[in-house]
Amino acid sequence: MTKPLVAIRSVSKSFGEFQALRGVSLDVWPGEVMCLIGASGSGKTTLLRCINQLAMIDAGGIWLDGELLGVREHGGKLHRLSEREIGRQRLKTGMVFQRFNLFPHKTALENITEGPTQVQGRKLDEVRAEALELLRRVGLAAKADSYPAQLSGGQQQRVAIARALAMKPMLMLFDEPTSALDPELVGEVLAVMKELARSGMTMMVVTHELGFAREVADRVVYMDQGAIVEQGRASDVLGAPREERTKAFLSAVI
Amino acid sequence: MKPAPALAEGFPDLSGMRIAREPHWFRWISAALIVLVLAAIVRAFANGQIEWSYVSRFLTVKVILEGIVNTMVMAVLAMMLGIFLGIVVAIMRLSPNPVLKSVAAGYTWLFRGTPLILQLLLWFNLALVFPTIGIPGLWSARAVDVMTPFLAALLGLGINQGAYTSEVMRAGMLSVDIGQYEAAQAIGMGRLRALRRIVLPQAMRVVIPPLGNEFIGMVKATSLASVIQYPELLHNAENIYYANSRVIELLIVAGLWYLLVVSILTPLQMLLERRFARGTLRLAR
Repeated sequence: MTKPLVAIRSVSKSFGEFQALRGVSLDVWPGEVMCLIGASGSGKTTLLRCINQLAMIDAGGIWLDGELLGVREHGGKLHRLSEREIGRQRLKTGMVFQRFNLFPHKTALENITEGPTQVQGRKLDEVRAEALELLRRVGLAAKADSYPAQLSGGQQQRVAIARALAMKPMLMLFDEPTSALDPELVGEVLAVMKELARSGMTMMVVTHELGFAREVADRVVYMDQGAIVEQGRASDVLGAPREERTKAFLSAVI
Repeated sequence: MKPAPALAEGFPDLSGMRIAREPHWFRWISAALIVLVLAAIVRAFANGQIEWSYVSRFLTVKVILEGIVNTMVMAVLAMMLGIFLGIVVAIMRLSPNPVLKSVAAGYTWLFRGTPLILQLLLWFNLALVFPTIGIPGLWSARAVDVMTPFLAALLGLGINQGAYTSEVMRAGMLSVDIGQYEAAQAIGMGRLRALRRIVLPQAMRVVIPPLGNEFIGMVKATSLASVIQYPELLHNAENIYYANSRVIELLIVAGLWYLLVVSILTPLQMLLERRFARGTLRLAR
């Protein structure tokens, strides 16, 4: 029997008084494309950030590829992992940010080669070849030597996707990847993500693009106030929601 | 398609007309007044008790040239020490570790809070506190031999500069978007590597103008090392006028050299700014 790639169990997370996640449990299966939807503040972005440990959870546990994230059990207690070990665990996930966060002082190509050469210590020659192949895959082979400021938002986000893929992650996390884009640039980023989904990548996508969710997602998860309200096939959750809160959200969005 | 509606009457065509030049009377009058005042000042100095021949004679004399070389050597070395300390202290200040944080804050407080000349005198007179210094059992020496004017000036100027530079560096690092740290972490970088590879290069762009300022200040601050016998420009000029009593002439010689050096530094700073402006639109076009 296959095991889930990500197993999230009773995860809670607060920022001061604000409870961002309240006991969330969820499995993500290998090759699955999952879309997380919900109003802002519902906890969907926080959940992604907990999986790649940009935020540390307060309670519960997250297992990635069978390995407990962020802590180690020893003598009946949980001990935080060192920064180095957390860095190693992060390599299994690739993150794409809403605001791209490309390194502005490096070219598109250098943005992609930075991680493999600096973190994984690989040779620049072979990484360069892979990086150029990734740029070709996201349709930006001609932009290898451009700086981020010379690229449109959509192009920057595609470079950011290539940068995440260069680390050869098992899981790709997308945090509202098209929310900061002009409407006419959304399509080119979604096209790259669709291609990635077809190639079998496991993906968790926080998005407001319900069309994308309907077309690509194997499962849609609706979150509200730090908890999962409803989940299921895209056609069910988006087409025939059972929960009142889901219905209210969808009618407000569409 | 509908034709565009007819435009209303009564608005004449201005396309052939130019905007007339303004006379700017006040600019002309104020410029003339300022020229008059400047001429009066120049005349006063030209007719004053200054032997200009001494100025030109001593401008390129060997002792003065050695002085300016020593000044520049000290300014560059002390600035390098200051920048190194500044980066380390700024990183400590931004670390989550409360011990490192308070040590860094204490360093800035102590060395910014006391006059530079006092710190120079303390370093120079360290032998009064510790007659011998060294590593127990391995090496020791008399402090008066170790703490030469050169070393005392370097430590005094460099460590003091570090306190100011750390604040400049901290401002630079804070100016880098938090998303840059996160993106670096997301590709598996640790805190220090992210600082070195991602944050500091971007901070440099912000930091170079104030650092250029600080370096110009440093060139002039080296003159304080004259009180601890370091043979920099002002110290050597003083030595000459102690002998020949041409005080003003030699001070003018020193002043001209400081002005020259600072004038050369400004375009150098612009070159450096370009180097670190990589990827910003201004240069990318």
